[in-house]
Amino acid sequence: MPDFPYLEDQDVVEVQRGPEPGGVGGAYRAFGETLRGLKTTMARLIEGPMTIQYPEEKTPVYPRFRGRHKLHRFEDTGLEKCVGCSLCAAACPADCIRVVAAENIPGERVSAGERYAAVYEINLSRCIFCGYCEIACPFDAITMGHDYEMADYGREDLIFTKEMLLAEPLDRTPLKAEGE
Amino acid sequence: MLPLADTQFVEATWIMVVKSLIIFAVIFGIVPVLTVVERKLIGRFQHRYGPNRVGPFGLLQPLADLFKLISKQGFRPDNAIPLLYVLGPLLPILSGVMALAIIPWGDVQDGVGLYGIDVPIGILYFFAVGSLGFYGLLLGGWSSGSKYSLLGAMRGAAQLISYEVSMGLALFGVIIMGGSLSLVDIVHAQGALWFVVPQIVGFLIFMLAGFAETNRTPFDMPEADAELVQGYMTEYGGMRFGSFLMVEYLEIIVVCGVAAAMFLGGWMGPGPSWLDPVWMLAKMSVLVFFFIWVRATLPRLRYDQLMGLGWKVLLPLATLNVLVTAVLVVAT
Repeated sequence: MPDFPYLEDQDVVEVQRGPEPGGVGGAYRAFGETLRGLKTTMARLIEGPMTIQYPEEKTPVYPRFRGRHKLHRFEDTGLEKCVGCSLCAAACPADCIRVVAAENIPGERVSAGERYAAVYEINLSRCIFCGYCEIACPFDAITMGHDYEMADYGREDLIFTKEMLLAEPLDRTPLKAEGE
Repeated sequence: MLPLADTQFVEATWIMVVKSLIIFAVIFGIVPVLTVVERKLIGRFQHRYGPNRVGPFGLLQPLADLFKLISKQGFRPDNAIPLLYVLGPLLPILSGVMALAIIPWGDVQDGVGLYGIDVPIGILYFFAVGSLGFYGLLLGGWSSGSKYSLLGAMRGAAQLISYEVSMGLALFGVIIMGGSLSLVDIVHAQGALWFVVPQIVGFLIFMLAGFAETNRTPFDMPEADAELVQGYMTEYGGMRFGSFLMVEYLEIIVVCGVAAAMFLGGWMGPGPSWLDPVWMLAKMSVLVFFFIWVRATLPRLRYDQLMGLGWKVLLPLATLNVLVTAVLVVAT
């Protein structure tokens, strides 16, 4: 006997229905269903609001959420991880990364490698947040951060320079709790 | 017990004036709070907060709304009938305020009756001025020169006729049991047992008809914001629209007040006598909460269902209720 709601030798599926509208049965049904509805809404009231009060309270994101990019430094030496190889720019499908590399001068090193990124710009108005730059980077110098508040007044404000990408975000985006 | 209110009871004119001023001030203080409470409650019923930005807990929201509405241009469509168009929102307010007068907030204490006036015909007065408000709705909808408004007004008229009858009959049982038309005497008659117990059918019919009277869901046919774009209010803007909105809440307060007095024992409650108005207000608040609860729950009825419910279910039920009550009262 298969676990189907119908029998194989029957063409018609029997569905249980309440009383038809109208008449005493209909009135009873309407009354009962009204009470059920009232119970449902009251349960919602008791559960309380689920709204996230956005500007004060941010939506938590998953750890792998792809938000605005971040450039990183080595924690011990403070040197930039980026060596200006332009692999991220090559991988970028939206063509929004611009890298101009320069040679490191001994004595005033900027990065750990031979060269460093003299100009590193990401045009966030073009970026599609695919994360290919992160994958392409051989030194983990660029990663996708968790910030998603990037609205600004002009297009030129959305071109993020190296200094902006290296800086810590003003306030951190909360992460989702385990299992949330 | 007198079948009519005690007409020998007179108060000084200045007491009457002070009383009416107090009632006016209290009710018109409650109405704006009610708007924000309703919005907050509806929000909570839907897992939201509702307005909570203006002032502490969003309590200043009505002030912001009022300021917005008042500062709008007083607009009138070209093909509207000027006098009737202006009269539209005024009449319901008049009727609502007049109906407030008979809601009993307490017994006669120290020679002062804690009610606006104990009119001899009592509850009939409530129906008389209550239906007056629908003239405003009708005139407003008809005179604004818009098809939506006219449709809304027609629906309003049909709805009023259908539900006013059941509403009156629902109260008939209470009048028979109380043996008086005066609301004060009816509250006195509930000393032993609130009329909601023997008259539960009447109470339910009265509340249902009350939803229809105040144009609340599930009977907000005349407004029907989804299909008629607010019905008779379509062409109104600014504070004229605002007064229609205010009237809705005023009518809720009036209907809940009458229901509390007729069925829930009015001002009766434990505690000293100065607590009487508080008890009355508490009972009204419970009923108002029920109004909002129902609004958050039920969808709008289809028009023919509305008419069918009014004429085929409520009217026979109410008539039967009156009949059974009358037989029982005569028999015992």
